[in-house]
Parts: sequence; structure tokens; C-alpha cells
Amino acid sequence: MAIPKVCGIETEYGVTLRGAPDPNPVLASSMLINGYVEGHRIGWDFDDESPGRDARGFAREGSLPPDIETHLVNTVLTNGARYYVDHAHPEYSTPECSNALELVCADKAGERILARSMKAARHLLTAGQEVVVYKNNSDGKGNSYGTHENYLVDRAVPFATLVRTLLPWFVSRQVFTGAGKIGSENGAAPVDFQLSSRADFFEEEVGLETTLKRPIVNTRDEPHADAQQYRRLHVIAGDANLCEVATFLKVGTTAIVLAMIEDGFIDKDLSIIGPVAAMRTVSHDPTCRATVDLLDGGRATAVEIQWEFLRLAQKYADEVGLEACGGDDVGPMVLARWESVLGALERDPMTLDGQLDWVTKLALLEAYAKRDGITWGDPKLSLLDLQYHDVRPDRSLYERLVRAGKVERLIPEDEVVAAITEPPATTRAYFRGTCLSTWPDAVVAANWDSVILDVGSDPLRRIPMMEPLRGTKAHVAPLFAEVTSPADLVARLQE
Amino acid sequence: MPEREHKQKAAPKERVEETAEVAAPAKQGEELKEELDDLLDEIDTVLEANAEEFVKSYVQKGGQ
Repeated sequence: MAIPKVCGIETEYGVTLRGAPDPNPVLASSMLINGYVEGHRIGWDFDDESPGRDARGFAREGSLPPDIETHLVNTVLTNGARYYVDHAHPEYSTPECSNALELVCADKAGERILARSMKAARHLLTAGQEVVVYKNNSDGKGNSYGTHENYLVDRAVPFATLVRTLLPWFVSRQVFTGAGKIGSENGAAPVDFQLSSRADFFEEEVGLETTLKRPIVNTRDEPHADAQQYRRLHVIAGDANLCEVATFLKVGTTAIVLAMIEDGFIDKDLSIIGPVAAMRTVSHDPTCRATVDLLDGGRATAVEIQWEFLRLAQKYADEVGLEACGGDDVGPMVLARWESVLGALERDPMTLDGQLDWVTKLALLEAYAKRDGITWGDPKLSLLDLQYHDVRPDRSLYERLVRAGKVERLIPEDEVVAAITEPPATTRAYFRGTCLSTWPDAVVAANWDSVILDVGSDPLRRIPMMEPLRGTKAHVAPLFAEVTSPADLVARLQE
Repeated sequence: MPEREHKQKAAPKERVEETAEVAAPAKQGEELKEELDDLLDEIDTVLEANAEEFVKSYVQKGGQ
């Protein structure tokens, strides 16, 4: 049986410091986080970090494991998220979620946290300066920064088995995961508009790197959980989405595909010949009609490959069930939306305006270009492309479209606001977040799989959390209601 | 019992389709165009000044 698809999203936001003569992105990112946390910072515990470990069981010669920059700002929030400076960007990692809908909410809460951070950073800045962040993945000048998904995967599945299905999966899912972008980058062929802002940056099929020669399937092997049982699949081939439907589909469908791989349910080889080139072929075609060569001899569009996956998923739902990937509520919602979106992509992609980011952005650009009589290459359109992703509510073009009722939302705003401070109830994030909100001064450090508490006497106590689905509200809320101190909690946990 | 349920479901479905057909064209035309024009005008008021300079100055190094 497939294991539950615990999932999360890390987003590196684009950041600018405006009004400064020599803007420093690291400083700007630090000010955002410091401003938000306002002094009460919980340190991150780096003991278990090993981003250079390779899932294939070796370190590739010449590969460059990323450095961990421990001196930079790094904090844990009461909602269970990690908020920190990564390289030269502010990064928000959602708490672990148990299904796609929960993750849409946690990801949206991240946007609200960044918006609050920009306001909070004002008192750290000199007059006339402003930190502004963008939820996108490229600067349009050949520099990209990532939005990574993470999924809990059974270690018993050989990595090569994952790779075989994930290559055509990541290539073809761009038709609904793309955030849209004007032009091309990184030496790709010129194009007016493409589906994904990330496609041009993938240069390898499989590998460990994340900052150069990016691979479609990333092999980072850092489970942040019991390494005997689990992998954490680290997905770097995705866009930062603003449309909730796009995030929902991206996560919900990928969780189902991973569950099917674990259960040995994918009996068809959907391998694409030349997946790196196919990434661009699919992304560069907003009509969604371009075809790629399949290993079995045929040719198919990305939408046709997606139909194959969907048919398998429908059969999987009937024969095995979706317990591991969304359950009875969310699983069928994913299947229904997946089907309606593929149908629309086949008939007329532009009917998905308000559901998918690339279509919503393209519709806006086309309407604007028509009104002003301007064409691709006009800086005004590039500005719209960038400002679609502005996270300030009053400047974000995406938010304007939401307010005009042109974008479909899946999560009521009050739930998003609650998720700014409250952890999901269904994973260990609940334990982490509740420790922080209950005893902010006693939590010395925390990371994904442990919390370190100061119990008032030596030594500090480390509480391991190697099971992502232990420490849920159902498990520990009664305990938190009874205990009177961190020392009491540790004593009760040891019983 | 299942038969009755089936009938109850089928009837309103037909009525809904009818109304949709009549209502849709009315909103398609002028009203929608006006809405879009208003939205684009609103967007004009929040766009950054000097598009070319602004887009050029947006540079992001050191990402994953």
C-alpha cells in the first residue's frame, strides 16, 4: 500500500530593496524576516541537514552540494513553517500538510506572511526605501529561483522507478502548473510567451544540483524523517503559482501519481525521448498542440500524456482508492478538476482564465495589448508580467483580478488568515507549532524532525519527530491541554 | 426510491440549462467588455512608473 503523501512547498521569493543606492538582497531578505518576527526568533537546528546526500546512493563526481548558510536569518513560525534567508532570497517553507487542499491554504498563508513582512520591515528602513517581493521564478534575464515541492515517498521504491515515470510527468504537467512568462531565457529559442517560467532552466534529466545545470528530477536525499522508511521527493521542476486551482492540481495530481508508482499501478511506459528538450517544447506552445516523441514509437501532446495518467488514476481510485493521496474528500476533487482542466486544454486553453496562472496572465496581457495597440516586446507588457506576481496586495495584478471576481478561489480567506499563525492539524507540524505558541521562550531550536526544549534545568531536551504523521492535533491536543510546563511535557512523552 | 431520486434530479437540470442559454449572451457583449475596460483602467493606476527602467532594474542573483 502506498504511504500517505505528506507534502509541502518551499518558495524562494524574488526580492528588491527600492530607494537604496546599492541594494543588498541578503540584507533586504533579513529585514523582512526580522521585521516579521520582531526579535522573537526561534533558531533552526541544523544537526540533521545533509542536502548533499544523493538519493541514488552516491555523490556524483563534480557535483556541488549546496552550502548551508547558518549565519543567515532562520526561524520557525507558530504555524509550523520555516521562514529564512536562502542564498539571496527570502524563503518560506510551508508546514507539512496531509493533502493538496491543506497545502493550498498553507502556501497562500505564506504570501500573506510575506505581505505582512514587507509592512513590518518599514521600521527597519530609512525613509524612501521599501522592500518588495515577488512570487515568481525568474528575473527575465537568465536568473531563476525555485519553488520546490516535497512529498513523502516509500524508500522501498527504487529511485530509478520513480525517475522513469516522473520525467514524462514533470514535462507534461506544465500545461496546468505553468505560471506563464514573456520570452525565453538561458539560451532557449525565442518565443513570445510560454507556459512555464522555469522550463528554460532545466538542462539535465536527473541530478543533485539545484542552482546550475538543473535536473528535471532532483536526487537530494534528505528525508527529514525516518530514513529507513522514507524518502522526501524534492521536486524542483515547478512554478510558483498564485492561482489556487493551479497549486491544488499541481500537488493533488503529483501525489496521486506517486501513490500509483508505489503501488506498482503504472503499467504503461510513458517515457519521452529527450525530456530536457521536451520540457521546452511543451512550455513554448500556448496552443498545447505541440507533440513530443515517445519511447514506444508514437508521438503525443502533453495533454494526451496527461490523459493517460488521468485514466490510470481513475482506475487506481476505483480499484485501490485514494486514501494515501487526499482521501475521500480531496482525492475525488482532484480527479474531477484534473479531468475538466484537461478537457478545456484540449478544446480551448483560454477558457481556463481564472483557474491556471499562465492562461490568466496571457488573457490579461492580450487584453492590455489589444487596448493599447502594443505587441510582444513592449516593456509595458513585461511590467505586467512582473507585477502579476507582486506580493503587495495593493500592487499585485493577480490580487486585482481576484478582487474583480475573475479568479476562482478554493480556500475562504478566513482560513488563510488562520493558517498564518495556526499549524495544520493533521501532521507533526501541529506539535512543532503548538510548542512554539505555548512556550515561545522554552523552544531553543526546532527543525522538521525535532524540537529542542529548555526545561529549566540542564540538559536541553531534544524531542525527535521522525514520523511526519505523529504529533497531530488528534494525538497531542489532549496532552497540551493537561501539561503545565515544558518539563511536564517531556516527562509525559517519556511515559 | 432510487427511481424517484433520479426523477427529482433530472427535472431541475433541464431548467437550469434553459436559463443559462438565455442569460449568457446578454452578459457576453457590452457588459463584459465594459467590465474588462474598467479592470484595465484600474490596473493602469497601480502599475509602476517607467516600465522599461523598472523591468530592467529587476535582477535576481543566487537562486536555486
